[in-house]
Amino acid sequence: MAEYQKDPVAVGSAQVKEEPAKRAGDTEQSPLPPGRPDASEWHIGGRALQSRFLLGTAGYPSPAILQQAIAASGAQVVTVGLRRQLAVGATASAEGDFFSIIKSTGAHLLPNTAGCRTAREAITLAHMARELFDTSWIKLEVVGDEHTLQPDPFELVDAARELVKEGFEVFPYCTDDLVSCQRLLDVGCKILMPWGAPIGSGQGLVNPGALRTLRARLPGVPLIVDAGIGSPADAVQAMELGLDGVLLNTAVAKALNPVRMARAFGLGIRAGRLAYESGVMAKQDMAVASTPVAGHPILL
Amino acid sequence: MSATVAVDEKTITLTVNGSPQTAMARTLAQWVEQQGLNPQAVATALNSQFVPRTQRAAQALNEGDTIVTFQPIEGG
Repeated sequence: MAEYQKDPVAVGSAQVKEEPAKRAGDTEQSPLPPGRPDASEWHIGGRALQSRFLLGTAGYPSPAILQQAIAASGAQVVTVGLRRQLAVGATASAEGDFFSIIKSTGAHLLPNTAGCRTAREAITLAHMARELFDTSWIKLEVVGDEHTLQPDPFELVDAARELVKEGFEVFPYCTDDLVSCQRLLDVGCKILMPWGAPIGSGQGLVNPGALRTLRARLPGVPLIVDAGIGSPADAVQAMELGLDGVLLNTAVAKALNPVRMARAFGLGIRAGRLAYESGVMAKQDMAVASTPVAGHPILL
Repeated sequence: MSATVAVDEKTITLTVNGSPQTAMARTLAQWVEQQGLNPQAVATALNSQFVPRTQRAAQALNEGDTIVTFQPIEGG
């Protein structure tokens, strides 16, 4: 059994280095201008990142809008997929265009195994992804239910065990169940990506209590909420819970204005992390006067 | 690495991405080349087994084989 609490931290008390405030009038095209991070750097898969926003690349109105959305989001990691070709060469031109755009952003690529139903399928697709995208990172998806697209924890653990042995950096898309998350860690996963809600549903965090439990029980493990986020408020909530990052796609791609929504999420995720690191105040049952009243003359 | 592969005029029938196809290629590498595909831009599986790019030249094709190719796409 792995030891999960080697590096416990108290929620809301993360230590961060103070950064100088921005000057008034500074323009900000991206939520995270290069060299001006105001939330702590973090590390996943052997890389240091300043942004905690991981963005999906599917379903945008056009490749140009996708490119602008990535830039506006400040995301340093984007997810990609791979698909069986229907007819040789039929879509080579359009897909080639997509891939060249993605590469031009300079973002780290996180290929997924979307559509897999078994560990065997996912392992094969991971091998292909490693070759095509030239990365050992893999977002491991093994779906167990057609209606909810809920991850199958058993197949997921089997696939993760094999891929970790083969040197992959496995980002498992999993449920928020603590014990299945622990099993993924047992087989060598270093990152977990619990769902907030079913993929593409936009429901937000349907079980924040479970995510809070994961944070409390797995304090040293990078936790990225993946799927189900609908609005920036959902992302803020996830970050204030102390999760380390947010991965989303549909909420940006299907927004009326995806580029501006990408920026909104980037700002929200940064704000949520800053709030977590700053320590959100404890709720009180009753009013606590904020204006000092001691010593004031009583006029009435 | 170079490999010399004897190619005769005999064709074989393959199933490619779900559709039948006659081909003269005798190796997977030859097949990829003859389809006009960029070898770097596709991943290949033969009879449901992944065949890495580096092993395509050594992977013989036989009558009735099934080839599936995969390409990069957008993803969430």
